[in-house]
Amino acid sequence: MFEALTEKLQATFRRLRSRGRLTEADVREALRDVRMALLEADVNFKVVKDFLARVEARAVGQEVLASLTPEQEVIRAVRDELIALLGERPERLKLAATPPTVIYLVGLQGSGKTTTAAKVARWLVNQGHRPLLVAADVTRPAAVDQLQRLAQTIGVAVWSQPESPAVEVVRGAYQRSRQVAADVIVVDTAGRLHIDPALMEELRRMEAVLPAHERLLVVDAMTGQDAVRVAETFAQAVPLTGFVLTKLDGDARGGAALSIRAVTGLPVKFMATGEKLDALEVFQPDRLASRILGMGDVLSLIERAEAALDRQDSERLAQRLDAGDFTLEEFKALIAQVKRMGPLSKLVDLLPQMGPLQKVKGQIDDRSLVRVEAILNSMTRAELRRPDIINGSRRRRIALGSGTTVQEVNRLLRQYEEMRKLMRQWKGMKKRNAKAPRFPLPPFPNL
Amino acid sequence: MALWDRLREGLRRTRQGLGDRIRTLWTGGKEGAALFDDLEAVLYEADLGPQLVEAVLSELRRTVGGGARGGADEVLQAVYQILVAHLPSPRDPWRLPPTPPAVWLVVGVNGTGKTTTAAKMAYALRQQGRTVCLGAADTFRAAAVEQLEVWGQRLGVEVIRQGSGADPAAVAFDTAQAAAARGLHAAIIDTAGRLHNKAQLMEELKKVARVVGKAVAGAPHRVWLVLDATTGQNGLAQARVFTEAVAVDGIVLTKLDGTAKGGVALAIYETLGVPVELVGVGEGPEDLLPFDPDRYVAAILGRSGPGEWV
Ligand SMILES: Nc1nc2c(ncn2[C@@H]2O[C@H](COP(=O)(O)OP(=O)(O)OP(=O)(O)O)[C@@H](O)[C@H]2O)c(=O)[nH]1
Ligand SMILES: [Mg+2]
Repeated sequence: MFEALTEKLQATFRRLRSRGRLTEADVREALRDVRMALLEADVNFKVVKDFLARVEARAVGQEVLASLTPEQEVIRAVRDELIALLGERPERLKLAATPPTVIYLVGLQGSGKTTTAAKVARWLVNQGHRPLLVAADVTRPAAVDQLQRLAQTIGVAVWSQPESPAVEVVRGAYQRSRQVAADVIVVDTAGRLHIDPALMEELRRMEAVLPAHERLLVVDAMTGQDAVRVAETFAQAVPLTGFVLTKLDGDARGGAALSIRAVTGLPVKFMATGEKLDALEVFQPDRLASRILGMGDVLSLIERAEAALDRQDSERLAQRLDAGDFTLEEFKALIAQVKRMGPLSKLVDLLPQMGPLQKVKGQIDDRSLVRVEAILNSMTRAELRRPDIINGSRRRRIALGSGTTVQEVNRLLRQYEEMRKLMRQWKGMKKRNAKAPRFPLPPFPNL
Repeated sequence: MALWDRLREGLRRTRQGLGDRIRTLWTGGKEGAALFDDLEAVLYEADLGPQLVEAVLSELRRTVGGGARGGADEVLQAVYQILVAHLPSPRDPWRLPPTPPAVWLVVGVNGTGKTTTAAKMAYALRQQGRTVCLGAADTFRAAAVEQLEVWGQRLGVEVIRQGSGADPAAVAFDTAQAAAARGLHAAIIDTAGRLHNKAQLMEELKKVARVVGKAVAGAPHRVWLVLDATTGQNGLAQARVFTEAVAVDGIVLTKLDGTAKGGVALAIYETLGVPVELVGVGEGPEDLLPFDPDRYVAAILGRSGPGEWV
C-alpha cells in the first residue's frame, strides 16, 4: 500500500528542494502524488483530471513557491478544493411543510439500504420525530423480516404487506402513517441495477402512489469507478435529492463520494459508520476530505474529545495533575473520560488511515475498557491513592473482586506505571515551556 | 452461454464498448500520447487500479510502440492479449475432493452476495447430480438465517441452522457433520458479512474454518471470497486480509450483470495469485457461471470474442 499522502508529499518536496529553488514544474511533479492518492481512493478518473487542473491553478501561484512550507500549502490547496467539491457544510434532510415527509432509499443490491433505513429512522427518533418504516423490498428473500426485526430493536413502527408488489405496499403505507401518527415515512426499496428499466419504472410507479420528498441513493463506500455511472443513471430515472455513504467503518477511502458529488452536484446527507443502528452521522465534508487523502480524521477526534470531556472535570483533573502525582485515582478519572468519548474502536477509526497507528486498529477491544474499570472499582481508596501498597495478596483479591485475573491486574498496573512516566515527562516539558498544552488528550490504555 | 450474451448485451446497452471507443479514438486521428491517455482512462474505468493500468500501458507500448505504428485492430488485439495474460487460466470450479463431503466456506464483506452465491452453488451442484446441504452460519445479521432458508425451500436443499445469535462455528461444525452423516457430496456454509479491518470478526471466521476441520478431515476444502464487481481498489485489501485469515483459494465475482467490471480482480490475481473461478450475473439460481478469461476480457472490451480481431 501507499504511505499517507502527507508524508509522501513531504518526501517529494524534500527531494525537489534539494535541487534548489522550487519551480512550477516541481509543484506539478508533486501533484502527481496527489493524483495517485486520489486514484487509489477510487475517485473517478475524469473527476481526478478536472480536480487536479483546479488545484494546479491554485498551487503553482507565487505565494506557494515562495512559502517556507510549500508542501503544506499544496496540501491545503488540495484539501480546500476537496471540501469545496464535497460541499462546504453538511446538508440536512428536507422535511415537508405538511407531514408526513416521505423518504425513499434506493440503490444497487447490497449497498446497505435496509440497515440504513433503520438507522435513519432511529436518527429521526433522536431528533424528536415519529417515523414509520416501510418494507418495500419484496424481492430479496427475508428482506421484510430483516426490516421488521430492526424496527423492533429500535422501537419504530413498520409497515409491510406480505405477497404484495412494492407499489401496493407504499399505497398501504400512507394510511398506516396516519393511523400511527407518523410524521416521516422511510421506505426501504429492493436493490436494483441502474440499467434495469423495468425496475426504474417501478420506482416511478411507487412515487405516483406515494410521492417522495427525499430520494436518497445509498452508496457503498467501497464502490469503484462505476459509482459515477450508477449515480448518473439513477438520477436520470428518479430525481435524487442526495445520497448516503455506507460502510465507512471499513478501510475504503470513499473516493466514490467525491465522484458522485462531482457529476451529480447532489449532497451526501449521511454517512454510516458501523453495523449498529446508531452508527449514522450527518455528513461532514471536511472529515471525508481528510479520509480520502489518507490524512486521518484528527478533527473529529478532537471535536469528540471536546464534546465528551466535561470541562469542569477535566479542569479539576488538570489541576490535580499539575499539583500532585499521577495516582490510580487520576488514572480512573481519565478512563472514565475516555469511555465517555464513545467506543474506543470507533475513536481509533478516526486516526490517520495509513500511519503507524493503522496496526492497532481492529485490535482494540472495547470490552477491555470495561474490565479495566472493573479492576479499578475493586480497589480500595488507599490502594488507588498509593498504588505501591498493592502487593501479591491484594492483587489476588482485586482480581477475584473484579472477575478478572491477576495477570490482567498486573497488566493494568504496568500500563498505569507507563502512563505515570509519560505524565512526568509532560510535566517536565511544561516547566521548560509555558506554552505546552495544559492538558493532553487522554492517553488510551492499550495503545 | 446465453447468459454471457446477456451480459454483453447489458454492456452494449449502457454504453459503447471499449473496443468501439478505441477504434473511434484511433481513426479519429489521435496519435501517440493522446491515444494512450484515452486508453488509460478506459482501463481505469474498469477498476484495474493505478499500478496495473501503468503496467498494462507500458507493456502495450513495448508491443505496439508509442502508438506510432499499427492500426486500431493491432492495438485492440494487443490490449486484449495483455489483459488475458493477467488473468488465471480457467479451471473447473466444481471439482470436489475424492472423499466426500466437500466443505465449502463462503466469505466476504457485507452485501457482496454471499448468501445468494451459496444458494446458487447448491443449485449448480444439484444440477450436476450432486447432493448438498447449506449451513446458515450468519447468525449475526437480522433475518440472515431466514434468507438462506427461503433459498433452501426454493431449491429443495436442506439448510442446517441454529437460532439467531448462535455461535457461527457451531453451526458450521453441525453443517459439516450433517453432510458427512448423510453421505452428501458437499456442504456449503454461508457466513456473516464482515469488514476485513475488524480483527475480532476475522478471528471469529478463523475459528469457523478451524472448527469445520474437526468435523470433516481436510475441511474447509474451498474458501470462496465473494467480491462485488462494483468494488474499487479496496477489493485488494479485502482479498489480502481474508486470504491471510482463512486461506481464500477462489473468488466469486458477483454483479457482473451491472456496468462495473471488477477489474480489481486482475490486481488481486497479480499480487495474491487468488483466481476468479466463478462469476455472478444476476439474482436467479442459474446466474452463476464458471469464469472464462477470454469471455471476461471480451465483455470488458464490448466484443464477442478474440476471433474477431485475432
Ligand atoms: N444483480 C445482481 N445482484 C446480485 C448478484 N448476487 C447477489 N445479488 C443481490 O445482492 C443483494 C445482496 O446479496 P446477499 O446474497 O444477501 O449478500 P450477502 O453478501 O449475503 O450480504 P450480507 O450477508 O448482508 O453481508 C441481494 O439483493 C442479491 O439478490 C449478482 O450477481 N447480480
Ligand atoms: Mg448474507
